[in-house]
Amino acid sequence: MLTALWNNRIEVVAVILFAVGFSTLLLHRNLLKKVIGLNIMDTAAYLFLTSLGYIRDRLSPIITDGATDPEAYVNPLPAGLVLTGIVVSVSVTAVMLGLTLRLYKRYHTLNLDEIYRMTHEEQEAER
Amino acid sequence: MSFFLNFPLFIIILSLMTAVTSSLLKEKAARVLTLALAAVAAVLNLLTLAYTAAEGKSFTYLMGHYPHPWGNELKFGILEPLFAAAFAAVLFLSVLGGKKQLDQKLEHSKGRFYYVLCDLVLVSLTALVYTNDIFTGYVFIEICTLSSCGLLLIRQNGRTILASVRYMMFSLIGSGLFLFGVIFLYSLTGHLLLPNLKESIAVLNASGERRLPLLAAVSLITIGISVKSGLAPFHLWMADTYGAALPSSSGILSGLVSKGYAFFLIKLVFDAFGPAFFYTSGVQNILFAFGVLGILLGSVGALRENNIFRMNAYSSAAQIGYIYMGIGLSATMGIEAALFQILTHALTKPAIFLASAGLSDSAGGAKKFHNLQGTGFMNPFAGVSFSFEAFSMIGLPFTMGFISKYLFGMAAFDSTHNKMIPTLIALALSTILNTLYFARTILRIYNTPENGGTVRVPIRQQKNFFIAGSLFALANLFFGIFARPFIAFLADGLRIF
Repeated sequence: MLTALWNNRIEVVAVILFAVGFSTLLLHRNLLKKVIGLNIMDTAAYLFLTSLGYIRDRLSPIITDGATDPEAYVNPLPAGLVLTGIVVSVSVTAVMLGLTLRLYKRYHTLNLDEIYRMTHEEQEAER
Repeated sequence: MSFFLNFPLFIIILSLMTAVTSSLLKEKAARVLTLALAAVAAVLNLLTLAYTAAEGKSFTYLMGHYPHPWGNELKFGILEPLFAAAFAAVLFLSVLGGKKQLDQKLEHSKGRFYYVLCDLVLVSLTALVYTNDIFTGYVFIEICTLSSCGLLLIRQNGRTILASVRYMMFSLIGSGLFLFGVIFLYSLTGHLLLPNLKESIAVLNASGERRLPLLAAVSLITIGISVKSGLAPFHLWMADTYGAALPSSSGILSGLVSKGYAFFLIKLVFDAFGPAFFYTSGVQNILFAFGVLGILLGSVGALRENNIFRMNAYSSAAQIGYIYMGIGLSATMGIEAALFQILTHALTKPAIFLASAGLSDSAGGAKKFHNLQGTGFMNPFAGVSFSFEAFSMIGLPFTMGFISKYLFGMAAFDSTHNKMIPTLIALALSTILNTLYFARTILRIYNTPENGGTVRVPIRQQKNFFIAGSLFALANLFFGIFARPFIAFLADGLRIF
């Protein structure tokens, strides 16, 4: 059991990080911390994916010194996926931060419960 | 005409180009372009459908003619073009019918961006429906999330921003789970294309090796998608979101975006996981249980609301519960019922949102029931349209809602005993609750207002809403009356999925 965990230590760390990020995103009341949780969660997924793509003693997948044997190189696909994923998570983070800023300017707090209470009052006042 | 097979790719490229062009145009031109795009997309999808239905098989379209594992693929039989066409048509009608509110409530400096976002929703839904690659699916899921968040945000007040934040939170939790599931699956199988995944999963399933990680991957993906669709208990963002947004946005979000995810899940079940594995994995039971829970929580939530838009939102949550209950029921009749329900809800809910907006506007923007008294007389077309769509939701005969409920009932009798009883109870209870909350609304809007004097909104002041509302109702009646051949067509599509 312990050896299995040790052999897959990067994956284990990735899963723990994912859980940390996920619970922060879900449970924290502070909007900025939620965004941080989101980033931890995404980064954990990329760590997992990167560790899958890495094979010890192999080269990055660019032909060097004329070696054309695929066995000499690592699989380029996971790296490509991680890059795509990073682009996605950067844009999502940007949107979330923009929203957070807007909410803060309007309600002067980052606490989601407080904001929720204030909007609820606005809604009750509505016809 | 095998040339028709190029159309799905054309639609995707065309929508992307339209999105870029729209951002440079004036508001009005951008709207015309978006409406034209949605109409063209619907027609091209129907042409593709005509070809695939005549051939009676599904096609794999290699993008740039690069074979596996280098290239990316689209795959489509009957269901993909059918649903893509329906999504494009509903987008067209939602934007058309909500024109009045869009004109009044959009800031004109931002108007054109609304249509850019509509184009992006269309491209992401089309790509989600057609793609044959799970990671491409992930990318378009995220594009769909961001653009639908923009549709909410375009009208900025405190509540729409908060609604968008909540919507994004739940969506991001969903896509995070989905992404992790995809990576798990990739590490187990080494594939991302759906047919290769299906092969590898069948081999793993037969050998019984690595059952636990495989189950974890499949459940992460399934749960991720269902969280994004707003399956209970993750439906709480809906009430805030649809309560604060423009009617066109609410229609697109509830009628299309959540349904696009559900369709993608059905596609994954058939093309990636394989029904043989999925329906023995136990994940289907989780979906079933949460589907039933969603139906009940959504209906009770709708009954407790005193705001018409929030009531519609809870009713959407219940309808999504139906879809997932169907997916959980069985691979044949359950999925057929779920597919039919996707179409029913896509054709009904946007019309309800448009009609509610018409009623609310005639009462000076009121949203609470006691202020909506008599609005059915003030805006007669909105009143009729709301009542008709509500009848479809309740499931009166000759409407699609009736056929949906009938199909779920049949699927329940076809499935195992321990699923039959809960399905029937959920159907019965939700029909009663549906009737209660819609009847209450209809009684309210046709109750003579206390102050007597009313100003009528004639149809000529709301031509676009009249056209869209009538087309929604006609389509509903058409598929409700000629349901049998259409269901047979869906079943054919399922066979070659």
